Amino acid sequence: MSFSFLIRRILGAIPLLFGISLVLFTIIHLAPGGPLDVYADNPSVSPEALEQIREAFGLDRPVPVQYVLWLRSMLVGDWGLSIRTGRPVLDEILTRLGPTMQLGGISMLLSFLVAVPLGIISAARRGSRTDSTVTLAAFAGISLPVFWSALLLQLVFSVWLGWLPSAGMKSIGDGSVSDRLLHLILPVTVLSLATIASWSRYIRSGMVDVLSQDYIRTAYAKGRREGSVILRHALRNAMIPAVTVIAIDFVTIISGAVITETVFAWPGIGRLFVESMNGRDYPMLMGLMMMGSVGVVAANIIADIVYATLDPRIRHG
Amino acid sequence: MTGPLLDIRDLVTEFRTEAGLLRAVKGVDLTIARGETLALVGESGSGKSVTSLSAMRLIPDRVGRIAGGEILFQGRDGRVRDLAQLDQRAMSDLRGSEIAMIFQEPMTSLNPAHRIGAQIAEAARLHEGLSAKAARARAIEMLRLVEIPEPERRAEAYPHQLSGGMRQRVMIASALVCNPSLLIADEPTTALDSTVQLQILVLLKRLQEEFRMGILFITHNLGVVAEIADRVAVMYGGRIVEDAPVDRILEAPRHPYTKGLLGSVPRTDHAARASGQRERLVQIPGSMVDPLRPPPGCDFEPRCAWSGPACRAAVPPLEATGPEGHARCIRWKEIA
Ligand SMILES: Nc1ncnc2c1ncn2[C@@H]1O[C@H](COP(=O)(O)OP(=O)(O)O)[C@@H](O)[C@H]1O
Ligand SMILES: [Mg+2]
Repeated sequence: MSFSFLIRRILGAIPLLFGISLVLFTIIHLAPGGPLDVYADNPSVSPEALEQIREAFGLDRPVPVQYVLWLRSMLVGDWGLSIRTGRPVLDEILTRLGPTMQLGGISMLLSFLVAVPLGIISAARRGSRTDSTVTLAAFAGISLPVFWSALLLQLVFSVWLGWLPSAGMKSIGDGSVSDRLLHLILPVTVLSLATIASWSRYIRSGMVDVLSQDYIRTAYAKGRREGSVILRHALRNAMIPAVTVIAIDFVTIISGAVITETVFAWPGIGRLFVESMNGRDYPMLMGLMMMGSVGVVAANIIADIVYATLDPRIRHG
Repeated sequence: MTGPLLDIRDLVTEFRTEAGLLRAVKGVDLTIARGETLALVGESGSGKSVTSLSAMRLIPDRVGRIAGGEILFQGRDGRVRDLAQLDQRAMSDLRGSEIAMIFQEPMTSLNPAHRIGAQIAEAARLHEGLSAKAARARAIEMLRLVEIPEPERRAEAYPHQLSGGMRQRVMIASALVCNPSLLIADEPTTALDSTVQLQILVLLKRLQEEFRMGILFITHNLGVVAEIADRVAVMYGGRIVEDAPVDRILEAPRHPYTKGLLGSVPRTDHAARASGQRERLVQIPGSMVDPLRPPPGCDFEPRCAWSGPACRAAVPPLEATGPEGHARCIRWKEIA
């Protein structure tokens, strides 16, 4: 894969992102209700005042005009103001990004460190009791709804046992490292469970595929033992099919683990999204969703680069 | 050192399949002396690969097992070990260093993600603890040995950048890197076109003289046998049905199956090639015995022109047909 290919991929993503933004803009404006509905029944806000706010945010203009205005300011780096808080969208997103990165990053790292060995063991001992146990657990992990496992863990470890805090990033008046770590345990566990379950399946199937290849037999014939056959000959090729999934999952979580953040009152992107959705905060929603879209497109391009690093047949065409 | 290099006695190998226990090798005896080439011949499905993979102990426990017999191998230290009883650790010390193997599919037997040079030197790094630098030099030396042009450049290449014939040369180089005393070659030329086939055979023969190794050469093509073998063992339905020195097998086969195989040798001579009919085969009628439901008597009886009631009664014993040959046929005298 060449440098020019990369440039072409990136340039190709631009019209795609325009398309996405148009669709997203249309959809959120099609949704019933609007950002000013919360004031409708408030007697202290006069109809004249409402009209003024509507004009100030351009909400009185036709939707296509609103889109063009939004796009024009977006292109010069102005993400607009949040209708709900009045603060710049970008500032709001950046303050929420830190907590989400922390939660998401730790969860992804943990998932990777657990899913890869699980997938390998499962594949190397396929058909064994270990494999069936891992498989069963993985399917349970994939099919369990996140809100359910989140509420269950919260109930058991916070409400009944009282071992772990049930919500937030830190206790009021505390904020020491150990306090923060305690707050991380439950949301990280919930977020990792489903990811580990799904990634371990991808790694297992990639590994099973690779382990039946002729070159694995060649490696044994050269005198390699099982462990080094797996690490040196199988793993790299077995990771290839999992790359895209891992990249996309990463973006999905970074752009907002909506349910987990809501259940655990985590002040991150996911919760910001829910709050903005409830308030029909159009500029904020557009900002969040565009960030997610750019992330997914970027993840795909990064996945391609990783493919090329793992597989010389792609690298050298 | 005296005694054979490899002495396989009464080898039985079984697979667990969904349809039941499949006995792919049913009591095989084979011996190979130092520096000798034994060709193991038979149609597809006769159990040649399973025999060789058993000798290498490359059949995973999950799939199947060696259910009986001995695989006696005389190591460099002069000691004779039964490979069938060896633990995987001790076996992996022998693999790649004293016993090496090359496979039928040069396209898929090399790791697509590793450089050619690294794959060639791999066994030497593993068994001789070669440094990265020494390994590179050794790989280039081996590439030169198998007559690959521009070895320095090729060592840096990846498998997909090489042709099938080149890749098989690379496989040979990687097998011989530790100077093994036994080379098992499972149909190493079958996937190649005929001119390349011949080049690989010539190369193997030259290397054998240089390295003085014993070779178990597996093929389903009797035409190849004449080029390379000292002795031939013919396999059918998991058993050896005939063995003898190569000239005797080609000139006076004693088993109806060997005779049938000789009748189906592909014509690769110039006349045939010129007329475009390269592979005009006279196939043996009928098909390979179903290993899950073998007949009670001789495995070949259902396809045999010489068959009689006695053939269906019991599995015929391997009888001596001369000072150096055996055949598993009760009517072998009539067939000559
Ligand atoms: N892994 C396996 N599982 C089940 N049966 C097998 C396996 N490998 C080989 N066999 C069976 O063993 C018999 C001999 O196969 P093989 O040794 O590959 O034949 P050949 O190399 O002579 O063409 C065949 O009937 C084949 O189906
Ligand atoms: Mg075979």
